Amino acid sequence: MTDAHEKTPAAGAPSDGHPPFLAHHFDSPRHQFDAGKLGMWVFIVTEVLFFGGLFCAYAVYRAIHPEIFVYAHQFLDKTLGALNTAVLIASSLSIAWAVRCAQCNQRRGLVACLAMTLILATVFLGVKYVEYKQKWEHGLLWASRFKAAELPVATEHAVAAPPGHDAPSPANPPRNVGIFFSIYFVMTGLHGIHVIAGMGVIAWVLVLAVKGRFSSQYYNPVDFTALYWHLVDLIWIYLFPLLYLIH
Amino acid sequence: MAEPAAAADNYLTHTRGFLSWALTLDHKRIAILYTVGIFGSFLLGGIFALLIRAELATPGPTIMGFPEKTASSAPPASGEAGASEPAPAVGESLPAPLATARGKDLYNHLFTLHGAVMIFLVIIPGIPAVLGNFVLPLMLGAKDVAFPRLNLASFYLWLFGAVFFIVTLHAGGLDTGWTFYTPYSTASDTAVVTAVTGAFILGFSSIFTGINFIVTIHKLRPPGMTWFKMPLFLWGLYATAIIQVLATPVLGITLLLLAAERTMGLGIFDPKYGGDPVLFQHFFWFYSHPAVYIMILPGMGIISEVVAVFSRKHIFGYRFIAFSSVAIALWGFLVWGHHMFVSGMSPLAAMVFSALTFSVSIPSAIKVFNWLATMYKGSIGLATPMCYALAFIFLFGIGGLTGLFLGTLSVDVHVTDTYFVVAHFHYVMFGGTMVAFLAGLHYWWPKITGRMFSDRWGQAACLIVFVGFNLTFFPQFILGSRGMPRRYYDYSRLLDLHPEFAHLHLMSTVGAFLMGVGLVIVLAYLLHSLWRGRPAPANPWGGATLEWRCASPPPYDNFSSPPPVGDPYDYSDFEYAGAERGFVRRAEAASP
Repeated sequence: MTDAHEKTPAAGAPSDGHPPFLAHHFDSPRHQFDAGKLGMWVFIVTEVLFFGGLFCAYAVYRAIHPEIFVYAHQFLDKTLGALNTAVLIASSLSIAWAVRCAQCNQRRGLVACLAMTLILATVFLGVKYVEYKQKWEHGLLWASRFKAAELPVATEHAVAAPPGHDAPSPANPPRNVGIFFSIYFVMTGLHGIHVIAGMGVIAWVLVLAVKGRFSSQYYNPVDFTALYWHLVDLIWIYLFPLLYLIH
Repeated sequence: MAEPAAAADNYLTHTRGFLSWALTLDHKRIAILYTVGIFGSFLLGGIFALLIRAELATPGPTIMGFPEKTASSAPPASGEAGASEPAPAVGESLPAPLATARGKDLYNHLFTLHGAVMIFLVIIPGIPAVLGNFVLPLMLGAKDVAFPRLNLASFYLWLFGAVFFIVTLHAGGLDTGWTFYTPYSTASDTAVVTAVTGAFILGFSSIFTGINFIVTIHKLRPPGMTWFKMPLFLWGLYATAIIQVLATPVLGITLLLLAAERTMGLGIFDPKYGGDPVLFQHFFWFYSHPAVYIMILPGMGIISEVVAVFSRKHIFGYRFIAFSSVAIALWGFLVWGHHMFVSGMSPLAAMVFSALTFSVSIPSAIKVFNWLATMYKGSIGLATPMCYALAFIFLFGIGGLTGLFLGTLSVDVHVTDTYFVVAHFHYVMFGGTMVAFLAGLHYWWPKITGRMFSDRWGQAACLIVFVGFNLTFFPQFILGSRGMPRRYYDYSRLLDLHPEFAHLHLMSTVGAFLMGVGLVIVLAYLLHSLWRGRPAPANPWGGATLEWRCASPPPYDNFSSPPPVGDPYDYSDFEYAGAERGFVRRAEAASP
């Protein structure tokens, strides 16, 4: 996992009693931070299992119908997919940097890094929109809306066919190609929803950062949001090769 | 709530007004909110159950779906359940005394909504959200759960999900069975998407409760309470929370795919497009079998507390009971295939799932034997909570053992989709979970409300529920093993071969209404105790866990300082103080 950022050793509660951010049922800011972090990790486990169902469906259908996946993946745009991978990895860097800024009491740096993450997330969604639009125009949609007659000519050479099958080609597509696009749209769509949710949370943290709510004593929301954002990044890092880079 | 003697400040009187309840972050008040909601849902699901049993009292149409002539002259006869379904095609010509389409539809709606309401709204959240929420921080000597806002959010998600179920009732009902099996659920013209959305939201409520409990148990234990000094109820809740967190997201994605299948024709479960409807069953049971343990594990935790306290004896085999909870939680993920032995599965997979199913019964048996060993030579007091605990052990024993019948491949093929299955899971879910819930509710009622209920009425009601339950469901084992299929609205055609079915069904119906009477009595004396019950002492039963160290009802922030932690099952230094009508510790009674 990408839990790479170090924590500065949190000081205990200030001598003047309860700091305003400390909830009454925790002993110290450190206690509160640890509890929140554990909660976020457990939530990430649930997210992994949420996507796990889809990865399982992917594995089942790819095992049963390898020819569909080998044939259909050519219609995804590898260049845009690679671009989006780079964009998301850069956004993971910028939000990790934001955590570091919060730990070092660098408010301007924190605001800049969070804003940068938001911008990169917007770029990701923009690229995704372009991709979806192309699919829409070519009728490359999920199974019941898939229009096999409008298959564009694939840009790549014919790929090796699994034993016992004719080499799939635009002239001879395998049956039920639409199931690939069902899985493609569900997985990337759900990932996209997570990106949008993450952007909402980052925007909220950004507002708090502008208001100066965070310090090296208290930056829990920044840290937990970053953890969530790394998960969103990580899921894409699995989606990209599984959907775009099939051989 | 009437509080005539509200001298002491407690969580019920600390603040007043509607908003102080609606926006409360106090785990105790949130537990009360859940209690009200879950009791309402239980009432709704119970009415559905009684309507089903009333319909099955006679072989043909009994209270719903008379032949069209009668129905048109007296239409409201079947409309009372609130499930409004489109009028049936009148042109269908069915044999005269047999079912009408309208009656069949209504019956399908009723058993579906009975299952969906009872499972998603009552049994799954029941014990963790009501008793767990109230007791868990108290047992830890903590002021609250780790994330109080998340806790309130869980409740509102539960409420929101429940609203979707109510909307389902009015928007065409639901007739797929609570399992939403494809392909029928993609074709049914009832409000599947609404119901699925409700279940999806309820899933998030359950996940958030699970996250909260895991973090609370990890991070808010008081100094000195190691994992093996935790009360076993907390081990039960912890194991439950693991399942909630690991299994529920899979249900979420499954229901999402089903909704996408219906609304946009995704095709993942549709063979026409190369999809596979059986994959839905795998996904669904990957959640819903572990969910069975979400239902039963906290109940087992309650029984561990109650059996030890009312036997006045240290729990036997503490570590075995604790680890068997975790073992059930993890093992429970490997057995989902036993729901699908007849759905199309390779013989090898079926054998593996069958063997795993047998092995998951080992940790359950470990618990039962340890409870019995705890009672052995104990000084057993038969107060109401203990009566329910004994009922639990008996009923869960039957429910668990008949589970082994169903895990056996050859027997399962014979009894799949018969009343044998219905009887089995009601013995586990009602005889297990709901009876344990009643045990826990009676056990902690004095702590929650500060009032004692009438023990004599409690024992009487427990007996009525116990007899009614067995009268309802034991005949169903016989019905099922002789071939009575489940989900039949009209079984008159089966009587040629099996005339005894009519008597067995009638017995079952009588039992169901008897059980209903018992539960109404429970509700009556519990409500009565709120106004007329004598004030409860801090420790009415002599429990050694930390929740009995604070006043009844507990003060607003539970403990001013973490209470001293000891062995949660050491009853040696308690004595009954007649003046307080409760238990006190000898050492502490002497020292001040």
